[in-house]
Amino acid sequence: MKDELNYILARTVAGKQSRRAFLGRAGALGLSAAMANSMLASAVQAAGPVKGGTLIMGLGGGESTNSLDPALAASQVPFHLLRTTGETLVDTTASGELDFRAAEAVESTPDAKTWMFKIRKGIEFHNGKTLTPDDVLMTLQRHADQNSQSGAYGIMQGIESMKVDGDYVAVTLATANADLPYLMSDYHLQMQPGGGMENPADGIGAGCYKVVVDEPGVRHVFEKHANYWDSSRGHYDSVEFVVINDPTARMAALQSGQIHIANRVEPKVAQMLATVPGIQVKNVSGRGHYVFIMHCNTAPFDNKDLRLALKYAIDRQEMVEKILQGYGSVGNDIPINAAYPLFDETLEQRAFDLEKAAFHYKASGHDGSPIVLRTSEVAFPGAVDAAALFQQTAAKAGIPLEIKREPGDGYWSDVWNAQPFCASYWGGRPVQDQMYSTAYLSTADWNDTRFSSAEFDSLLLAARGELDLAKRKGMYGQMARILQDEGGLICPMFNDWIEGVSDKVQGWVADGVQEVMNGLAPQKTWLA
Amino acid sequence: MHPLIRLVARRIALGILLLLAASVLIFAGTEVLPGDVASAILGQGATEKTLANLREALGLDRPAVVRYFEWLGGVLQGDLGTSLTNRRDIATTLAGRMSNTLFLAFWAAVIAVPLAILLGLVAVRYQGRWPDKLISGTTLASISVPEFLLGYIAAFFLAVQFKLLPSVATMHGGMDLGDKLMAIALPVLVLVLTVLGHMMRMTRAAILNVMQSAYIETAELKGLSPFAVIARHALPNAIAPVVNVVMINLAYLVVGVVVVEVVFVYPGMGQYLVDHVAKRDVPVVQACGLIFAAVYIGLNLLADLISIIANPRLRHPK
Repeated sequence: MKDELNYILARTVAGKQSRRAFLGRAGALGLSAAMANSMLASAVQAAGPVKGGTLIMGLGGGESTNSLDPALAASQVPFHLLRTTGETLVDTTASGELDFRAAEAVESTPDAKTWMFKIRKGIEFHNGKTLTPDDVLMTLQRHADQNSQSGAYGIMQGIESMKVDGDYVAVTLATANADLPYLMSDYHLQMQPGGGMENPADGIGAGCYKVVVDEPGVRHVFEKHANYWDSSRGHYDSVEFVVINDPTARMAALQSGQIHIANRVEPKVAQMLATVPGIQVKNVSGRGHYVFIMHCNTAPFDNKDLRLALKYAIDRQEMVEKILQGYGSVGNDIPINAAYPLFDETLEQRAFDLEKAAFHYKASGHDGSPIVLRTSEVAFPGAVDAAALFQQTAAKAGIPLEIKREPGDGYWSDVWNAQPFCASYWGGRPVQDQMYSTAYLSTADWNDTRFSSAEFDSLLLAARGELDLAKRKGMYGQMARILQDEGGLICPMFNDWIEGVSDKVQGWVADGVQEVMNGLAPQKTWLA
Repeated sequence: MHPLIRLVARRIALGILLLLAASVLIFAGTEVLPGDVASAILGQGATEKTLANLREALGLDRPAVVRYFEWLGGVLQGDLGTSLTNRRDIATTLAGRMSNTLFLAFWAAVIAVPLAILLGLVAVRYQGRWPDKLISGTTLASISVPEFLLGYIAAFFLAVQFKLLPSVATMHGGMDLGDKLMAIALPVLVLVLTVLGHMMRMTRAAILNVMQSAYIETAELKGLSPFAVIARHALPNAIAPVVNVVMINLAYLVVGVVVVEVVFVYPGMGQYLVDHVAKRDVPVVQACGLIFAAVYIGLNLLADLISIIANPRLRHPK
């Protein structure tokens, strides 16, 4: 029996018979379907990647207004496009370590102020030119420029000067930052010939695949970059993105076999999708989180007791169950979870406690007038329902919330970061420092809770220059406690990335830094 | 000058004035919307500094009136300009999208219009009997169901359950006509179901209206078969209202199908327009708006012309 099993297994792995035929035969030989399935999966993994074929991904989050300019990328399809066609200096692995790409090593001075990136030799752009340290320097300069519109402009601001030194590119910071290499993994910072100064939207990168067809908002087709330096990646001959913004249409395309991978599976359909033959639902806990944010400097939220009252009055578990359908985890009023390196596990989980909520509400001396919470469907999927749940639990503690539903148009310009209390979301960042510096440092552009704590700020700056990891972890723990108690952030939940993947796709690994394996599915998977 | 030619000339001149007015309205409308192209592009990631940089780069720091007349000057010279968001030439992108839209509208119309008229004739022939009731009932049901639901139902059965037709109607240059027709089968089906009822019911009502006339009785008395009476004597006299409804539905097939485009991921003009409205990309919105307005004006003119030609009293005014 064993011989026969091995024989049919080998045939299936080699693609000479279908998976279904294998399962049927294995069943006849007395194996349960689950055993046969896992046996097949491990045999396929052991056989190694299969080269060739076309991967078709159906992606939501693309518009006909998208540009190939890496600086202007903001939504999902441009993100995937850059991850597929571009190369950054370094990347972040699923477990939070550095993965060296265009840089093969990085060194720093002991004060963590000057960082030397050693540029890898033999990397070729899609137009045949070789990547030089000058290209790297000009790319970084373009994003750091005063007149830049780059999405990475914010993280480049701490840089004082940059220069080429032989095979190295040296970056000097105004203040120390032990995490600088991680910042260079930002997906906007794709290497371009001449830094993309002349024609930033020409689509010429140094990544695994090159752009063949670019129809924004419709489809993007890529083919393998024959001279890509890393032979362990890029098993497909070509990759195609089909932009499918309508979630129902995306699911229909996946079920009818027109696409192999669909991003952004809605939690409410994920369980049903998992029962469809030939399709697997992959979910991985990410760093993105859904939030309600209060301005700490605006009445009535300038009162710490009122902020605490609202934090105690939200039922996080219920939100995870009803808004995320279980595809997520509870938040703890800080923007950091266990997915981050140097996370302090000893931080106590904030509980849903109506008594404490009522106590702090009373202590705040609020006059009882309704507290306006602004929400919109664009704030995060289910934001309107989440606000309603929040309103109900708050009412039990005697806190009157009034929900104001805002139009999606203009929400990010007129409500978020403008109104004192609203729903919003945050994507993850590679490291804690970047998350805190982006939105919780008192001087940050995106300090959407108007949080200002001298102690927090000085800890954040001190942690940046601290190369001793244990000490840094301690500092981050202290900061988390300050923010949890005093901040304007109510974080009920961290959302999972949920993707629908055809059984044909092999080599999938859990990577929750960003969606769809952190954008690496075209490079690391293959078709069985 | 022949009165018909004079009419056409006058209507075209009026149409151009209407287009100008439409362009002013569209421009004002996009100006009134909250946010501008810079804040729409940068979204949640906007800072004061990047917003200012982008506004300056796009020339949005200048007054709206100046921008409007610059745009108008360009259009009068045949230059639709470049998109603010991805800086592509609008005319090239739009041409591809428009040919997709027209392709879909054409095939939907080729099936829907003759079918609607034929069904209308059959309904009149068997008025009050089961074929009439069946036709009226099913077409009424199909216009009463929202398009997106019809789309999802069609996709569920024909694409997901039985895997007969593709649910994603992607179009690109490398496809031959057969592939393209296969790709648009589902959207065409849904569009036909959406527009069929309106045209069929109008045909039925208009013909029933003339069925009361004396000449119909004459035709019957001279022994013509009931269907010949309807097709040869009643239909030509009912053509004017039918043509009007047909034209409205044709215009709808060109300008109003964004929901169907979204459901079947069809790269037509509707989705293109909606994306750019969301990003406040005024030049693109203007260009699409002008084309849509021109389609309406043109088809209405055509409808009027056909009604005049079909009616001897209007064709030879005293």
